[in-house]
Amino acid sequence: MMSEQRKMVHPYIPNTVPEVQAEMLREIGANTIEELFDGIPEDLQYMKEMNIPAALSEYELRRYIDGIMEKNITTKEYLNFLGAGCWNHYVPAICDEINQRAEFLTAYAGDPYEDLGRYQALFEYQSLMAELVDMDVVNVPTFDWAQAAATSIRMASRITNRYEVLLPKTISPDRLKVIRNYCSPQIECILVDYEEDSGQINMRDLEDKISFNTAAIYFENPSYLGFIETKGQKISNLAKSHNALTIVGVDPSSLGVLAPPSHYGADIVCGDLQPLGMHMSYGGGQSGFIGSHDDLTVIQEYPSRLFGIAPTVVEGEYGFGDVFYDRTSFAQREEGKESVGTQTALWGITAGVYLSLLGPGGMRELGKSIMQRSQYAMEQLGNIPNVVASRFESTNFKEFVVNFSHTNKSVEEINKNLLNNGIFGGKDLSEEFPELGQSSLFCITEVHTKEDIDQLVTAIRKCLDSSGSN
Amino acid sequence: MQKINRDHKVRNYHQAKWDEPIIFELHQSGERGITLPQVEQEIVDHVGDGITAIPAEMVRKTAPKLPEISQNRVLRHYLRLSQETLGAAFNVEIGQGTCTMKYSPKINEAFASSPKMSELHPLQDVSTVQGILEVMYKLDLCLREISGMDTFSFQPGSGTQSLFAMASIVHAYHEKNGENDQRDEIITTIFSHPSQAATAAVKGYKIITLHPDEDGFPDIEKLKAVVSERTAGFVVANPEDTGIYNPRIKEFTKIVHDAGGICYYDQANANGLLGITRAKEAGFDMCFFNLHKTFSTPHACGGPATGALGVVDRLKEFMPGPLVEQQGESYILNDNLKHSIGKVRSFQGVPQTVLRAYAWVRALGAEGLKDVAKIAVLNNNYLYHKIAGIRGASAPYIKGKRLEQVRYSWEQLTKETGVTTEDISRRMADFAHQYWSSHHPFIVPEPFTLEPTESLSKADLDEYIASLTYVASEAYTNPKKVKDAPHNSSIHRVDEQDYFDNPDKWAISWRSYLKKAKQVEAVRS
Repeated sequence: MMSEQRKMVHPYIPNTVPEVQAEMLREIGANTIEELFDGIPEDLQYMKEMNIPAALSEYELRRYIDGIMEKNITTKEYLNFLGAGCWNHYVPAICDEINQRAEFLTAYAGDPYEDLGRYQALFEYQSLMAELVDMDVVNVPTFDWAQAAATSIRMASRITNRYEVLLPKTISPDRLKVIRNYCSPQIECILVDYEEDSGQINMRDLEDKISFNTAAIYFENPSYLGFIETKGQKISNLAKSHNALTIVGVDPSSLGVLAPPSHYGADIVCGDLQPLGMHMSYGGGQSGFIGSHDDLTVIQEYPSRLFGIAPTVVEGEYGFGDVFYDRTSFAQREEGKESVGTQTALWGITAGVYLSLLGPGGMRELGKSIMQRSQYAMEQLGNIPNVVASRFESTNFKEFVVNFSHTNKSVEEINKNLLNNGIFGGKDLSEEFPELGQSSLFCITEVHTKEDIDQLVTAIRKCLDSSGSN
Repeated sequence: MQKINRDHKVRNYHQAKWDEPIIFELHQSGERGITLPQVEQEIVDHVGDGITAIPAEMVRKTAPKLPEISQNRVLRHYLRLSQETLGAAFNVEIGQGTCTMKYSPKINEAFASSPKMSELHPLQDVSTVQGILEVMYKLDLCLREISGMDTFSFQPGSGTQSLFAMASIVHAYHEKNGENDQRDEIITTIFSHPSQAATAAVKGYKIITLHPDEDGFPDIEKLKAVVSERTAGFVVANPEDTGIYNPRIKEFTKIVHDAGGICYYDQANANGLLGITRAKEAGFDMCFFNLHKTFSTPHACGGPATGALGVVDRLKEFMPGPLVEQQGESYILNDNLKHSIGKVRSFQGVPQTVLRAYAWVRALGAEGLKDVAKIAVLNNNYLYHKIAGIRGASAPYIKGKRLEQVRYSWEQLTKETGVTTEDISRRMADFAHQYWSSHHPFIVPEPFTLEPTESLSKADLDEYIASLTYVASEAYTNPKKVKDAPHNSSIHRVDEQDYFDNPDKWAISWRSYLKKAKQVEAVRS
C-alpha cells in the first residue's frame, strides 16, 4: 500500500498536501486514507502498480502530445475533397469563441437558476433550427445524423405500432450500420432500389415494398451520394396513403436554397449539425437533430430533452424548463421513450451561433456558393477524358459521384497519387457500392476556391495521363 | 486603512443577470453577422448562379425566418448567456452528484482545439492520421490497465450510448449461441442510472430491477430468486449512487455467469476506484468509463463526450468497429470483427475527447491516478462526516465509510419544516452552488446527491458545507425564504404550472411561443 509521505503534490489535486490530508483524516476519525477503502474485500483490491508512465509536467505534456499529434496531416495542410457525412466548411471565429467559453464548456446539468444561459442558448438553438426546417419543434441535439435517423424511425414505429421501415439503398453504409443496430431486433430495415441513371428512389420498387406494415419511409436530401431527391412529395403521398410516416434526413447547409422537407410532406426531419459551425475533428463534430410539427402524437415519442419557454413569478422574465419530462427515461427508466443522457448539447449551442451569424441571407449565399462551386468542379472533372462526373443525371448539392471505370486507374490508385500531391481525394465507393464500379464521392463546399478545384482537376489529369503506377 | 471584514463563510453572491432578449428579438433587417467568400467570376461564367439548376419543386420559396444581426451583437448576446451559466470551472462543484464534475485542465483544451486535431477528416487515409490513432491506441492500453479488460472502443458518444452498445453485444452474443429467444431478461438495480434499464429495454429486453437491502446493498437473495435460463445479462454500478461498495460483487457476477448471462459494469463514474479495484477481478465481462467524468474531459452542457467501452477477449468479435490496432510501427483501423454489432456512432466517436483524456492520464501517471481515487474518497468522507452534523440531514443505509459520493436525505428536515429538497436546490443557487436531488424514483426520500471529486480543496468543501448548513438552518428559521428562492439568480422561480406539461401551452421554439401567445392575446381582447 502507499506510504503516507507523498512524493509530489499534484497541481490538479489540492488535497495531496500532506498536512491537509492529516487534518481531514483527524476530523473523520481515520488514521489513513487506506482505511476508507475497507469496504472493498482484500481479494478485489488491486495491489500491483498500474503500468502507466509517471506523471508529466505541463510543459513535458505539451511537448509529448504535440509530438504525437504532429504526425497527423490536416485538411489545412492538404487540399481536402472528402465529405461522406463529415464536411469541410468554414467555422466562424465566434463559434469557437462561444463553445470554448469555460462557462458553457464546463457546465452540465444544472437547473435554470444556475444555468439560465445554457437553457436559453439551447432553446434559441431549437428555435433557429425550427425556422431552418420550417417546423415548430426541434430537440436538444442527439449524437449524430445516424442516431437522429434511428430514433426518428423508432418514434415512427411507436406512433404507428408497425415494425418495418423503408430506406433508400443509397444511404451511407456507416449510417445504416448504426440504424440497423439501433432498430434491431424489433424493426426490420428494408432497402429500396434506386434508378440506375438518376440515383433517385425507384418508385416502382417503393410501391412494391410499402405495405400496411410500414412504419415509415426514410429518405435523404441531398442523398449520401450527393444528388437531390426530387420526388419528395410523391414519396410522402405514398407513405400517407398507407398511414405511414415520412422521415427525411437533410443536410442543413442546403436549406438556404433547397426546400425544407416539411414543404414536401415530411412528418419528421433529422440530420447532422456538423456543417453549422463544427470543426471536423476526425468525426468528433457530428451532432444530430430531429424536428417535427407541434403534434402531441409525435412529441410524446421524442426520447430527447425538449426545452420550453415559460414565465417566471416576476413579470418580464423568460424562464425555461423541460417540456413533457415524463416521456423520458430520466423520469420513467425502462418505461420512458428510449433513453436520454449526455449527447452533443454544446454543438447545438454552436449551431445556434452559426445560424444567428449567417441569417437568412447567409444561408442562401452558402447554399448558392456550394451549388456553383460543386457544379464547376463536376464540369471540370467531367471534361477529363473517360471520367464521368457526375455518375448520376440528377442535380447535386455539395457532393457528387465521379466514375473512373473507363480510365486505366482504380480509385485507390488515383487517391494514392493525389495523396502524394497533397490532396485528399474523394471517398472511394468501390466497396460500398460495387455496382458503381470505380467511383468516388467528392465534396465541394464554400471553402473550395476555383484554384483548389483546378488543382484537383490538374492532378487527376496528370495521374490518368501517366502510364505507369505512381 | 481599516480592516475589511471578510469573515462571512457563506458567499455573498449574485448570478449574472443580463435580462437578455431571445435572439430573434435582436433582429434588425439588413444586418449581417458574417460574409462568405465571393464565388469567382470564372466559376459564375461557367455555371451561372448555380441555383437555377435546382428542380422547381425543390427550390426553397420562402427564406428561413432567421434573425439578421451584426457580428458584435451576436457575440455579445452569447457571451451574456455564457455568463448566466454556472460552469464547473466557476463554482465549488460538488452538487451534481454522480456526474464527477472535476477540473478539466486548460492545457487539454489547447490540444483539442489545435488544428492538428480539429482539422482532420474522419475518412483520411490512415497514414495521415497516425497521431490521433496513436493517442486512441495508447489510451486503450491505459484503460486496460485500469480495468483489466482486453480491448477498448471509443466509439460510443456517452455512457448511455456505451450502455446501449453493451446491451447490443449481449444480444449479439446470445444470438451467436442460438439462445436469444430464451434469454430475454436483463437484471439491473434501482440505484443504477436510468439508462441501464432504458437502453436494455430499447434492445427488447425485459427489465428486472433489484432493490437494496436494509444496508443499501443490492439484495443478493433477490438476485438468486430472479436469475434463470432467461437471464441475458446483468448490469450494475459499484458503488452505486449511494457510494456504498458492494463487497459481494464477485458472488453476484458468479451467480449470473453460472446461469449463462453476461455481466457488464457501469463505470461511468469510476473516480473512487482508479488503481484500487478493477472490473476484471470482480468478474465483469465488459465495462465503460465516461471520459467526461472520471477522465476530466469537460461536460460541455451535455456532450460531445465519450463512453469508452472495454470488453474481455471473448467479446471482442462483437465490438462496434473499427478498432484501432497497432501493426508493426503503425496504427490501423481494424473493421474485421466477425460478429460485430455494427456501429453505434458515426466514424470513430469523439476523438478530441479521447485526446483530452489521454493527456489527463499522462499528466497524472499511475501514482497520480491512484491519488485521484484516494483524495476523491477522502474528500467525500470528510463531506459525509460534516453533513451528518447538519440539522435535518441524514445518509440512509450503512453507517460505515463511503467511496466517492453519497445520496443524502432531507426527510427529517422536510417533515419538520415543509421545506423540500427542490426548495433547497433553488436556494443553493443563491450561493453559487449546483445541487442535485437524485434520479427518479426517489427511493431515498427528499434526496440530494453530492460528489466532491479530487479537484476540491478542504476550503472548498468547507464553503459548500457552510452554505448547506446555512440553508438548512434557514429552513427552520425562515422557511419562506427558502421556498421563494432563488433570490440572487438570473431569474426568479419559473412558473411551471402546466407550461411544460400542457400541449396547448408549451412552446418548444420561439415561433411556437409567438403563435400560442398570440392566440391567448386574441382570446383576451
